Amino acid sequence: MKRQLLSALVASAFALAPVAMAQPKPAAVGKFSDGIVKIGVLTDMSGLYSDLGGQGSFIAAQMAVADFGNQLGNVKIEVVSADHQNNAETGANRMREWFDRQQVDMVTDLLNSAVGIATAKVANEKKRLAINVGAGSTRITNEDCNPHTIHYAYDTYALGYGTGKAIVKTGGDTWFFLTADYAFGHSLEKDTADVVKANGGKVLGQVRHPLNAADFSSFLLQAQSSKAKIIGLANAGGDTINAIKAANEFGITKNQNLAGLLVFITDIHSLGLNTAQGMLLTDGFYWDMDDKTRAFSKRFFEKAKKMPSMVHAGVYSATMNYLKAVKAAGTDDAATVVATLKKSNVDDFFLRNGKLREDGRMIHDMYLMQVKKQADSKYPWDYYTLKATIPAAEAFQPMSASRCPMVKK
Amino acid sequence: MPRSHRILYAALLILGLLAPLVAYPIFLMKALCFALFASAFNLLIGFTGLLSFGHAMFLGSAGYICGHAIKVLGWPTEFAILAGVAASALIGYVVGTLAIRRQGIYFAMITLAFSQMLYFIFLQMPFTGGEDGLQGIPRRHLFGFIDLDDDLTMYYVVFAITLAGFWMIYRTIHSPFGQVLKAIRENEARALSLGYDVDRYKLLAFVLSAALSGLAGATKALVFKFETLTDVHWHMSGEVVLMTLLGGMGTILGPTVGALIVVTLQNYLASLEGWVTVITGAIFVLCVLAFRRGVVGEIAARIKG
Repeated sequence: MKRQLLSALVASAFALAPVAMAQPKPAAVGKFSDGIVKIGVLTDMSGLYSDLGGQGSFIAAQMAVADFGNQLGNVKIEVVSADHQNNAETGANRMREWFDRQQVDMVTDLLNSAVGIATAKVANEKKRLAINVGAGSTRITNEDCNPHTIHYAYDTYALGYGTGKAIVKTGGDTWFFLTADYAFGHSLEKDTADVVKANGGKVLGQVRHPLNAADFSSFLLQAQSSKAKIIGLANAGGDTINAIKAANEFGITKNQNLAGLLVFITDIHSLGLNTAQGMLLTDGFYWDMDDKTRAFSKRFFEKAKKMPSMVHAGVYSATMNYLKAVKAAGTDDAATVVATLKKSNVDDFFLRNGKLREDGRMIHDMYLMQVKKQADSKYPWDYYTLKATIPAAEAFQPMSASRCPMVKK
Repeated sequence: MPRSHRILYAALLILGLLAPLVAYPIFLMKALCFALFASAFNLLIGFTGLLSFGHAMFLGSAGYICGHAIKVLGWPTEFAILAGVAASALIGYVVGTLAIRRQGIYFAMITLAFSQMLYFIFLQMPFTGGEDGLQGIPRRHLFGFIDLDDDLTMYYVVFAITLAGFWMIYRTIHSPFGQVLKAIRENEARALSLGYDVDRYKLLAFVLSAALSGLAGATKALVFKFETLTDVHWHMSGEVVLMTLLGGMGTILGPTVGALIVVTLQNYLASLEGWVTVITGAIFVLCVLAFRRGVVGEIAARIKG
């Protein structure tokens, strides 16, 4: 019997282990909930997006809080971070727990579309704020929009649309698409193709490749024989990188230009200029654009040992503007903060002509960039030449096309 | 049931009922869903000796079907869960019929192949939302009067569902049918020579395991209010193998303990950032080297020895 009792004890100890780790903390009431302003950075710390978000996003948020002075009157500001492992469950669960038990008021970064949409729902349910910087899905401000979610930096529409329109205008009027064969790829291709046609360009064809394709040769040969001036890469991550490498090996880039529809500066950094040179892409931020961007980026570089991506700069800007709005509103209540943000025009080193729209979309200028040739790159991270600025008003999906139920038509 | 077991189960039952008063309910619900999933998997590997490497397909399919039925078709919650379970059972029947003709590694590969096929189907089908996932599944009322939107109520519903699943597994293992399954695990040729239609038994076990995994998946979709590709990805099939091995293959409580360990690690190491995968990996290696029989298997062996 003693042994049996022991086994029961051991089993209960196991069952109790998580219980002991999750003690609730008492909540206080006041203008600042719990007497603290707490910001959560929820991102991919260990997986495929950790380079463009990850630890860098945490550093960016910490920098913003430090620049703000770590304090709001006598209320402390704190930053916490967690790894969602690109898993919507882990992300949503972590965020719920942050809101319910750890007095977090705003969560940012939130890259990865599935995580982004799932966490937007959590924010709405708990009446706290999600400022999504890292995810690309347009669903966040359309079908799945809600009053407690802001989509801050970019979306696939802005990237595809900006690139498409600007390239047609600069003479790239015939297109061939290399598309990842799933919903994301299809919508990126469609958005871009529509704008190409609307601006007088022609789409000569497209080829669909499976997700995580290993061999791009047959797809690229089709793209080459189409004789299109521009090959649009409607894919992401590893697929984009593999397609660019293969295009380079086939010498396709000598006569045709690649247009990366979802490419970050960190991708260019790992590809190297020899491979990526000449490519056109849309970005919301480039570190070497002017003195203001350089000032932030150099400070960021000191800490992170790399130049900030659009996501990193976006997290800094989102945190800073959030804190300013909290200060102006005198409360960290999400609805009031959002209302304050909507009223003001935001302008900083990241957001140029920033305006928070009714559907939660933060609009701001976007940039068409061309990747420099190796010979033209003078110093480390000297990667882009600015080809065109896409004004905030046209960079994002127009309100008339909105599928967001909050938007009154 | 021996008296000691009764005491143990009663203690666990009370623990389960009291747990949400101290611990975070959503976390507990996740742990329960995975405990049921791992136990369903254990029915196959631990008691029948079949290593399936595609169990994610049952978890995910049921989640998608249940979520779609509630969100788009507006079905009552209980029917939607049943629809998810039925879908998984059906998939289990089709895959099982083909897979049990082969053994060992070939069996595992066939199940993996089917689960990958399903993964790509779910990636492409418009109703799943692709990589964005099927989001915003509402928690309505169970049987028309139990409001599931409250986390605590939802917890007890999930607890009841899990208990029902466990009860079914327990009954299966301790029935004559379960004895035949164990006989097949120990020596398939001998079971065959004794006149048992081995393939039928294996298929039935496979379908049962699929249906229970489906029950876990449908419940999980309801708990989190979304269903994503993570649940049909082969990582999930691997994770359930780990949970079962870690806790103790072929023991009744083993998969539950394993699921609890894995879910706790994932959840509480999340704030350690990049170290999550390293630490979980190290713990797995340690467990496999030090406790061959899994946590529960090792404890049981100590008590007996």
